[in-house]
Amino acid sequence: MQLARVIGTVVATVKNESLHHRKLLVVQSLNKHLEPQGKPLVAVDAAGAGVGELVFWCRGKEASFPFKREDTPTDCTIVGIVDSDAHVTTV
Amino acid sequence: MIIARIIGTVVASQKDARLEGKKLLIVRPINLDGSDTSGYVVAVDTVGAGFHERVLVVAGSSARLAQNMKDTPVDAAVVGVIDTVDIMTPEK
Repeated sequence: MQLARVIGTVVATVKNESLHHRKLLVVQSLNKHLEPQGKPLVAVDAAGAGVGELVFWCRGKEASFPFKREDTPTDCTIVGIVDSDAHVTTV
Repeated sequence: MIIARIIGTVVASQKDARLEGKKLLIVRPINLDGSDTSGYVVAVDTVGAGFHERVLVVAGSSARLAQNMKDTPVDAAVVGVIDTVDIMTPEK
């Protein structure tokens, strides 16, 4: 799992049936100092996140586990919302 | 998932039986501003997307979790046609 900032939303009317009613958000991955790292990705929301929030997301097959895991084609899912930037501490 | 633009199609008569009837597309990952990046991916179409459309592409084993894709040997699938992308400029 990695930290990311939600930076935008995606609207797609025509999509695979298994993605109907899912919220799509654009996330920018962050390093441990909360600086942008890598390219933004589109993630499915499983935590109720909104634009501007600090979240963590998981990738790969596990990304479909919060939903019907055999039926949800996602490789990037937001699985948690970090309480605030101050709640991320690195040693 | 990545945002990509459809830049071509692939025709393959000889292929795995489970891929029969599936449309193969060449997609190029793009940036949020719509500009092209380098590289391409051959992806299976699951939504009926057309040439030049912006689409959502799922990669890896998740690609075969899309409807009608069970047990197909694919690692990239087009699962949505993008209408809009709204980006907020980060404050921090």
